[in-house]
Amino acid sequence: MQGITFDIAHMLAGSLVLVSFMQLYQDRLSALLNIFALHALVLAMSVAYQAFVQDAPHLYITALIALVFKAIVIPVALRRIVVKLGIHREIENVFGVGLAMLFGIGLVALSMVVMLRVTSAADPLAREDLAFALSVVLLGLLMMVTRRNAVSLVIGFMSLENGLVLAATGAKGMPLVVEISVAFSVLIAFIVIGIFLFRIRERFDTVDMQAMDRFRGEQR
Amino acid sequence: MIRDFALQGLTLQGAQMLLVLLMAPLLTGFVRKVKARLLSRQGPPLLQPYRDLIRLLRKDVVLANNASWLFRVIPYLVFAATWVAASLVPTFRSGLLFSWTADLIAIIAVLGSARFFLALAGLDAGTSFGGIGSSREVMIASLAEPAMLMIVFAIALIAGSTQLSTMAAFMNSAEVGLRVSLGLALIALVIVAVAENARIPVDNPATHLELTMVHEAMVLEYSGRHLALIELAASLKLLLYVSLIACLFAPWGLENAGISPAVVAAAPLLIGAAAYVGKLAVLGFLLAVFETAIAKMRVFRVPEFLGAALMLALLATLLRFVSRSF
Amino acid sequence: MVTYALFGVLALVVLAPIAVALSASPNATGFVYGACLIVALILFLLALHILLEYPAASTVTLPLGLPWLGAHFRIDPLSAFFLTVINLGAAAASLFALGYGRHEEAPQRVLPFFPAYLAAMNLVVLADDAFSFLVSWEFMSLTSWALVIANHRVDENRRAAYIYLLMASFGTLALLFAFGLMAGADGHYAFDAIRAAHPAVGTAALVLILALVGAGSKAGLVPLHAWLPLAHPAAPSHVSALMSGVMTKVAVYGFIRIAFDLLGPPQWWWSLVVLALGGATAVMGVLYALMQRDLKRVLAYSTIENIGLIFASLGLALAFKAYGMELAAALALTAALLHVFNHSLFKSLLFFGAGSVLTATGTRDMEALGGLIHRMPQTAFVFLIGCTAISALPPLNGFVSEWLTFQAILLSPQLPSWGLKLMVPAVGALLALSAALAAACFVRAFGMTFLGRPRSPAASTAQETDTNSLAAMYALAAACLIAGILPGIFIDALAPVVQALTGGQMPVQTGVEWMSIVPIAESRSSYNGLLVFAFMAVTGMVTAFAIHRLASDKIRRGPAWGCGYPDASPLTQYSASSFAQPIRRVFGSLVFRAREIGEMPPPGSSAPARLTVQLRDLIWDTLYAPIGIAVGVIAERLNYLQFLTIRSYLTLVFAALVILLLVLAIWP
Repeated sequence: MQGITFDIAHMLAGSLVLVSFMQLYQDRLSALLNIFALHALVLAMSVAYQAFVQDAPHLYITALIALVFKAIVIPVALRRIVVKLGIHREIENVFGVGLAMLFGIGLVALSMVVMLRVTSAADPLAREDLAFALSVVLLGLLMMVTRRNAVSLVIGFMSLENGLVLAATGAKGMPLVVEISVAFSVLIAFIVIGIFLFRIRERFDTVDMQAMDRFRGEQR
Repeated sequence: MIRDFALQGLTLQGAQMLLVLLMAPLLTGFVRKVKARLLSRQGPPLLQPYRDLIRLLRKDVVLANNASWLFRVIPYLVFAATWVAASLVPTFRSGLLFSWTADLIAIIAVLGSARFFLALAGLDAGTSFGGIGSSREVMIASLAEPAMLMIVFAIALIAGSTQLSTMAAFMNSAEVGLRVSLGLALIALVIVAVAENARIPVDNPATHLELTMVHEAMVLEYSGRHLALIELAASLKLLLYVSLIACLFAPWGLENAGISPAVVAAAPLLIGAAAYVGKLAVLGFLLAVFETAIAKMRVFRVPEFLGAALMLALLATLLRFVSRSF
Repeated sequence: MVTYALFGVLALVVLAPIAVALSASPNATGFVYGACLIVALILFLLALHILLEYPAASTVTLPLGLPWLGAHFRIDPLSAFFLTVINLGAAAASLFALGYGRHEEAPQRVLPFFPAYLAAMNLVVLADDAFSFLVSWEFMSLTSWALVIANHRVDENRRAAYIYLLMASFGTLALLFAFGLMAGADGHYAFDAIRAAHPAVGTAALVLILALVGAGSKAGLVPLHAWLPLAHPAAPSHVSALMSGVMTKVAVYGFIRIAFDLLGPPQWWWSLVVLALGGATAVMGVLYALMQRDLKRVLAYSTIENIGLIFASLGLALAFKAYGMELAAALALTAALLHVFNHSLFKSLLFFGAGSVLTATGTRDMEALGGLIHRMPQTAFVFLIGCTAISALPPLNGFVSEWLTFQAILLSPQLPSWGLKLMVPAVGALLALSAALAAACFVRAFGMTFLGRPRSPAASTAQETDTNSLAAMYALAAACLIAGILPGIFIDALAPVVQALTGGQMPVQTGVEWMSIVPIAESRSSYNGLLVFAFMAVTGMVTAFAIHRLASDKIRRGPAWGCGYPDASPLTQYSASSFAQPIRRVFGSLVFRAREIGEMPPPGSSAPARLTVQLRDLIWDTLYAPIGIAVGVIAERLNYLQFLTIRSYLTLVFAALVILLLVLAIWP
């Protein structure tokens, strides 16, 4: 596992981290959706490449799922929701982009320190894959806490899940069942959240999470 | 024999200095021409920048009443600093005689000196326009410079050197491979280059509305030969950044002589020169397309744009530790 | 050797009572500063001689101080280097003061303390046991405090002096504990004994923290910097120069002496603390500087920034030393020491310039200055050189030390620790940010003070300063240029110091072709200030000559373009606050909670629009203000102790005595 093989895998996984950062940078919903689609696309490419390298045909299925559902179906569906709700140009951020990115860099550094220290004996490809995957997961979480719009929350959650898939494919021998079940759980989560979005909207006329806190009587 | 080497080295170094000086207005003209064509306009001829410069050189200088001696010295300082910096970036051949005078960090710093004095010039006449230009310029610089240094760090940590000739040689070798860090560094470098050269979306080199200008507002009081020098310096800076990107990320055809001067052969020199002109054309074309496709940002959107470059470069530095050599 | 140095110090000490005796005479100023100049120059040459020729230490023990200890003094390369820095700064300040001191309102409040202050700084560096070190340190604090309060009629100065006194005592207390811990229970206070005994890991860590607090509070490390921007500007300008340019370096000396010399082999994680503090100090210092209107306060805050840079390099050197990477440690330490030297040059120069502006116009407020380049062209020229140097721009000296720091940072991937590997580039980003902001800060400082049109009558009638002041400034400016274009000589001169502290040294620079500096290998990095300078000078002059001969050399004067509004008032120029507005908006909203409140009059009204800027000093508000309040509350509570009877007081004393005896009895 040296030379160009490593480089390409590295490049794809690294691009996934980069796209996560682009998500953090982008504060308009419609653009955010495009970037999420890109995120899923990069993931699909990365997984497909892993399938090719590891000679594991079942990973192609994972890649296909990622491509079809996450890069096409979900973004399209979300876009429709966003357009329907009329919030596609909404700008929303709890704190500044710069601060969020700075924090993100810190998270990447953290995940590298943690992962590279504990996996010093492992295969180099799996090592860096795991480090990247943890970064993607943390960045997804970061996005979920820094955004106040429910749609961005969904996107943050999905990119977090993309990180999990990256980790799963990097580690050899992950059974197909696990991946498929993860993918389906996300799909179900998406449907549930989608339905909830509409219900929330019907009842409160907003999807701003702060407004919901107010309705629950919480003070912030 | 040694004298021959020295002579050859001096000749090549001199050739490089003349080359950048002569090519710079051409690159500016080329970008303008392509932009005009993309907007379905005829555009000025390629050689128009030269004519502008000559016309400006012949005109009298009109100084503001309050302008001091510093205001008259600064164009020469800025021009000299930019020219020196531009002639230290490898163009057609690396490892020139004086290439070790300054490494990449020092080249950036020499450009920083030029900017420092230009910002002072904006304040000298005592008008609000100069002030607005200077204060915005230093704000942009305060983010662009650290971003640039982080880019240098990222690349230098991979190449093991900040010496441009060595870096170019490394990037030309098979050792490089595909690295995420380098990709990130390239994106960040493009952002910084756009900002440093006052191009769209950070600044508009062709604007005539004082309040939207940054670089142009700063030099608003300059005229005649002073303005010619400043415009030439701006062209040189654009050429410098394009050469830098070409030398670091597309070092093909660059004859690599290492640090010590070797025997000069004609064929590699010609190939190098041809490759250089080709690279300039391609990158200039890309710049024009980019500028046409994008809208100018609000001034206070620029920090986020440059902050992104800083973050990318920092990320590139961090990701370097999960790359191959570790 | 050390005896000669002590004679010099003695001469300075003797000068203080003479100054008291002379203070009525009109020639006192000239005599005292002239004598200080001569003594400082002699000490400087002596120290330089020792640094270059005698790498071995020379010691002497005087029967002073504690009876069983005596006062140990010693000169090794490290103290010789700092002696050169101190006495070069002192000589320049004395020369400047020969002119500047004549404008002093109350010379008798400055003259006696000035030589004493110089003597104290020399003594700190010469001291070779904890007792003399601390006594000299405290002597230095007190004499400088007396100089800060010299102009005591201004409320602000009294407050500054009060806070300075508190912080200085606090810092000395920390150092006292540090030495106490190092000396151990048996009390080996001589540095030799301390050096020989290696404290346990935990103790060493505690000592390091205490040394950081003690020396850092004197040097101005964030968050212990609060006194510095108040006290440094309050003193007369030549003393400000000494405090900023030299005394902070004595504090750096204290830290180096403890961390690199006395404390034994470092732990790797020490460097984490030092690096983080250094990086944060650099950025915070320059951001504060950008928000100030007072010229001298800008300079004081910029000192904090430079101290941050120095400490970051020191942290790097500690990290390399901890892992036995001698060459890299030598590089980082050289960068730090070279910056110590460089900063003492250009900061003194800038404070002298600010002092000249202050005497010429009577104000330090940049919003009331402007256009001084026409009235004071020579001051403007040297001040510009100082600004260029401190902004780390080639070909001047500030860039060299900054460049060496970056080169050292680029060696960090060889460190085995992951935390350091990732942290050092981040600190590098902070340093790069602070360097860029420093350039912005000094464009602002120079532009507002010297360029544009005068914003007040005082600025429009200013006069060029006197020859002595100018001579001092020119000398420093020349030194900045020489250290910038021939850095190899200075790096080589530092070699014995670095060799003694890290066990390694950088390659010899003087033999390199064309006088380049090459920290590691030529294929890796090199810089040649001489050639950069020569290239720029030659191309600039050739261009100017060619254009003037071949094209045009005519000049006409006309009004500046004002969008059709002729003769705008000078107040319409960009001011110091408006110049900083974009940066305030980018960084200030986070760091200072900056808020701008604009009040626009309704359309048609001729009332002026108002813009109010609110800045909060978060460090003061969260750290110092609560302590101040707590002290106030406690003092209020203890107030009743003032009104007890004699018998109750005696009871208290008696109880305290008995309790102490009890503790002693129980103590194992």
